[in-house]
Amino acid sequence: MEALQLSCAPNPSNSINGEEMKVTEKDVAYVADLGNLELTEDERTRMVRDLNSILGHIDTLNELDTADVQPMAQVSDRYGVDQSKHGSERFAYANREDIHEGLRKSLPHEMALANAPDSDGTFFKVPKVIER
Amino acid sequence: MNLNLLTIEAARSAVQERRTSAVALAESFYAKIESDDPNIGAFLTLSKERAMSKAAEMDALAAKGDKLPPLGGVPVGIKDVMVTKGIRTTAGSKILGNYVPPYDCTAVSRLEAAGAVVLGKLNCDEFAMGSSNENSAWKPVHNPRDLTRVPGGSSGGSAAAVAADMAVAALGSDTGGSIRQPASFCGVVGLMPTYGRVSRYGLIAFASSLDHIGSLTKTVKDAAIVLRTIAGRDPMDSTSADVPVPDYVAELEKPARGLKIGVAKEYLGEGLDAEVRQAIESSIQKLATAGCEIVDISLPHTKYAIPTYYIVATAEASSNLARFDGVRYGYRAEDARTLSGMYRRSRDQGFGAEVKRRIMLGTYALSAGYYDAYYLKAQKVRTLLTRDFEAAFTKVDAIVAPTSPTPAFKLGEKVDDPLAMYLADIYTVTADLAGIPGISVPCGETKDKLPVGLQILGRHFDESTILRIARATEQAAA
Repeated sequence: MEALQLSCAPNPSNSINGEEMKVTEKDVAYVADLGNLELTEDERTRMVRDLNSILGHIDTLNELDTADVQPMAQVSDRYGVDQSKHGSERFAYANREDIHEGLRKSLPHEMALANAPDSDGTFFKVPKVIER
Repeated sequence: MNLNLLTIEAARSAVQERRTSAVALAESFYAKIESDDPNIGAFLTLSKERAMSKAAEMDALAAKGDKLPPLGGVPVGIKDVMVTKGIRTTAGSKILGNYVPPYDCTAVSRLEAAGAVVLGKLNCDEFAMGSSNENSAWKPVHNPRDLTRVPGGSSGGSAAAVAADMAVAALGSDTGGSIRQPASFCGVVGLMPTYGRVSRYGLIAFASSLDHIGSLTKTVKDAAIVLRTIAGRDPMDSTSADVPVPDYVAELEKPARGLKIGVAKEYLGEGLDAEVRQAIESSIQKLATAGCEIVDISLPHTKYAIPTYYIVATAEASSNLARFDGVRYGYRAEDARTLSGMYRRSRDQGFGAEVKRRIMLGTYALSAGYYDAYYLKAQKVRTLLTRDFEAAFTKVDAIVAPTSPTPAFKLGEKVDDPLAMYLADIYTVTADLAGIPGISVPCGETKDKLPVGLQILGRHFDESTILRIARATEQAAA
């Protein structure tokens, strides 16, 4: 799996007209694909420009040595919890009984389908899944 | 009595004492919206039926002589990123153009349970991504103080509605400054509570570890009343904290005298508009006069906050926005013949330029080969930024700074330069990354009569202290 990802990954350093470009049109097409976007020709050109400009600024982070710094994904485990407890124990208050229907009843079928762009009254309808 | 100028307390007691009715109050706000909003653009959807039924309920209580709840009969607006049962909720996006939610956001239901009358849904940048409200898929919002200028963003409609007397108070959301910066631009009070203080249930997710619900109000006391109403543990949001909610209104009565207030040199450096600096320095002086001790501090990693924020926020956004695929709700492109083509075209046509830019940046930062260099790096710098605050709060009770480096800028001024737009958030994003509470309170004006906001940042779950300092600033500016 890892090998596959690596082989798909774009080359990190690209150079266009002698100028160092982090992101090329090819990268934009690849990332758009990952993000389930198509983008028009114009949008891709603009995206190359914008992403390079933003990533250029983001590179200032490399001035910092973070080898010994722990990453922080969120704040909830640092504040407002009992620091004497460890791991998931800190969030024991957020647990609930495993009860049928949970905290509230499931949405009635009709209501759950009400916003669907297409349905047959029982299921969401989508274009053909299997392509050939 | 001009009904549109009332604060929460004044509006509630006018209804309680039957000097007016909640129905008359709501009608007067709808009349104001009808006459003034065409020039401002703050409202996207009006919820008259729901508002009038709540108003009638409050009038019936008052007629019986029963005590009204704390927001009894008070007309409020809700940013369109919070879902409202049966009322169209678009998040400012075409992709949710026809979305009618089947449930209510917890903050909205708590306001209504406290008697508030929900007038309608307020304009914002698409999925709360923006600093000028120009990313709304529907229409821009104009700053009520100067219609050629932006109201700030992303809660631009919320700030403008309160500033233009079209709502007594409004709910907004803040992920990188989206409550405080528009409050500063429009001259109102904007409070972002601590992360976890207010439930995010029913808030359409942008960046889950950074999203906060808070208020835009005319006064600091109104901010305390709204927070007291919406704060507290909610079983529907596992990140809502199990921390007791103090009586913020009672806490306001404590004087600011004796509090230690930090001033960080990194927030008063290059790029700060001269008139904004003058207003900030003069309000710091007034806090000193009020008996606060002013202490010089340093938050050394501040310059890394914007790059950190734009990696963390966009990475989370790219994941959160993956749910918009044209299957269960929202826009679906008509012309696609395959499932994957349908996903792509629906998203291509449904999302605006800034949202696509952020999905792209976030997806790039999370993609194989770049995860460590961007996402993991940003998470580590997030730790450093948080430690800066932790160190500062061992010396001071709160930190004051400008909310924004400039007053409200002109519509169109930054739309073609995303990086320049991002840099407008330079003083606000760090608080979101660290999860600390912040408030913007009007502290002066420029020569052109544009409002300037003073930002006050506090310790986790210590909204009381920043509200007290905001009150002192409000009183000194009056």
